[in-house]
Amino acid sequence: MESDLLKNILRDMLLARAFEERAAQEYATGNIAGFLHLYPGEEAVAVGVLRAAEPADYIVSTYREHVHALVRGIPATVVMAELFGKKTGCSGGMGGSMHLFDRERRFMGGYAIVGETFPIATGIGYAIALREQPEAVICFFGDGAVNQGTFHESLNMAALWKLPVLFVCENNHYQIGTEIHRHSAVTEVYKRASGYRIPAQRIDGMDVLAVHSATQEALAQIRAGNGPQLLEFETYRFRGHSMADPGSYRPKLEIQAYENEDPVKVAIAETLAVYPSTEQLAAVGVDNIERLQGHLHSGGQLTLEQLAAIKAEVSEEVEAAVRFASDSAEPTLADAEAALTCNRRGEVLV
Amino acid sequence: MVEQVYYWQALNRALDIELAADESVIVLGEDVGLFGGSYRVTDGLYAKYGEWRLRDTPISEGSFTGLAVGAAMVGLRPVVELMTINFALLALDPIINMAAKVPFMSGGQFPMPLVVRMPGGVAKQLAAQHSQRLEQTLMNVPGLRIAVPATPQDAYWQLRQAIRSDEPIIILEHELLYFSKGPLEVGLEAPPMHRAQVRREGTDLSIVTYSGMLDVSLRAAEQLTEKGIEAEVIDLRSLRPIDWDTCSASLEKTHRLLVVEEDSRFAGAGAEIAAGLTERCFFNLDAAPQRVAALELPIPFNASLEAASIPRIADIIAAAEKLCSP
Repeated sequence: MESDLLKNILRDMLLARAFEERAAQEYATGNIAGFLHLYPGEEAVAVGVLRAAEPADYIVSTYREHVHALVRGIPATVVMAELFGKKTGCSGGMGGSMHLFDRERRFMGGYAIVGETFPIATGIGYAIALREQPEAVICFFGDGAVNQGTFHESLNMAALWKLPVLFVCENNHYQIGTEIHRHSAVTEVYKRASGYRIPAQRIDGMDVLAVHSATQEALAQIRAGNGPQLLEFETYRFRGHSMADPGSYRPKLEIQAYENEDPVKVAIAETLAVYPSTEQLAAVGVDNIERLQGHLHSGGQLTLEQLAAIKAEVSEEVEAAVRFASDSAEPTLADAEAALTCNRRGEVLV
Repeated sequence: MVEQVYYWQALNRALDIELAADESVIVLGEDVGLFGGSYRVTDGLYAKYGEWRLRDTPISEGSFTGLAVGAAMVGLRPVVELMTINFALLALDPIINMAAKVPFMSGGQFPMPLVVRMPGGVAKQLAAQHSQRLEQTLMNVPGLRIAVPATPQDAYWQLRQAIRSDEPIIILEHELLYFSKGPLEVGLEAPPMHRAQVRREGTDLSIVTYSGMLDVSLRAAEQLTEKGIEAEVIDLRSLRPIDWDTCSASLEKTHRLLVVEEDSRFAGAGAEIAAGLTERCFFNLDAAPQRVAALELPIPFNASLEAASIPRIADIIAAAEKLCSP
């Protein structure tokens, strides 16, 4: 993998982690309210997938979408401002944490009713197919969403009409507090796609490089006109479902096991040019040492100094985002009215 | 040139013109393509525009309506046909949670040039699951607009206006109106989409109604003349927004309000119409506004019970007489 891309991937992951942890602090101090669903633990999925996408592709996301927005290139300032409910936010303060939108970057929104991303993405795919464009739609969803009717209805239509949609399952194993084996008769999400003859795979979602290359391959298939694809990334959220959820239904051992595979640490290890220390090797777990070494020999290119510089950079970026959000004005009721009616284009109703 | 056409033909004409004028217009729904539509509204259009623009969908109301929302976000102008409003209950998430919310929640970034057409109302012995009206369910959703055309001319005008609008619009049709005939003049300039129209002038009371109840109300008004009562009949043409000014102007003249709706009475459309006009016209009213509405019953299958469940001419006459008695 080329060095710039690797560095960008690492930077994205570090920014994602720093942004989310800072958002949690701002929530604790009361600057952010409402529902706040954080992403730590799942960074490899958003970063690996979206770094494989083209700027012309469309992104449809869920309510846990801050990191998708950041990786897509929406500045941290306007994402944080939206979390604060400010006028300068990417949705003008009308959407909040769960509804980030950016038309210019083809970020088609975060949807907070589970299962809504399927039809939205399928509709965008329909428009692309009708216009015969070389674009694709990336449709994020969680493991809990696959038991909604929209999953099955939309996969059927996407396959039937060969729509250019990449369905991306972020399987973090829990729908809020219910573990996957308690909500799904078939716990391998990717197998469900076979009911619609959609090619699907399960990939390690803690390994950003594996996520990236699987996404590249799937998008290549889609652009070749072969219709939709589904990728299931097994991942884990380190925090509860939202800030209102301590996540206490999960065994400590399970959380620790996944923390040992922290995707950010894995990515750092994969990117660094230095051979990992004994402690680092022990920390990634026996199963991963071989994989880690493999990446090192083929890809590692970053020095410790460069890593420290990136960390300082993303930290300052997040601080600047918080300052921007704090200093921004609140939207007015007139702004709300305008958001609702600005597409009327002078149409006279009565 | 004025033609006499069926209501479905007027809708068909509107679709044909808009499909021809703009390549981004598409039609989606069950049997809208090869079959030509359950009420013939898309008759002949599949052959003319092809399957990508006249898309027969699986029976997945929630997801093909949601698909239309996604398509509208990237500039298509989808016209969704739901076979009946009863099936729209399966599509309320895309209509209410997506179409009505996305333009707003995105801070106005995404227009929503989406039309969802569906017939509601009581037809002939279709039983409770196929005889709902439900307009009040959609009326309480900021961000939606609802047109209720009662004539072929309005069906033609309002569908064309809806397709050209960048806001999500429900066209609420009526199963019994599809095969009613009326004049259509294609070249006639349309009034604003949501403006009400006085269909009959009168001096003694104002009957405010819409959709399938317009014809029933007009016939009641004719019979009221024999009893010395001249009713003004207003066709709302729209349930969101409501053209209050046209109604208020009428009440300034008649001082009495009778709302006629096919929906069941409790918390129905008539409740909003009566409340809105009472707020605006209280000091102009000589009597408390009255409503003639359907009974608080799921619609029975039996023909005579079905007929007794919704407003009949006699019900309107009786209510008007009572309202006008000193």
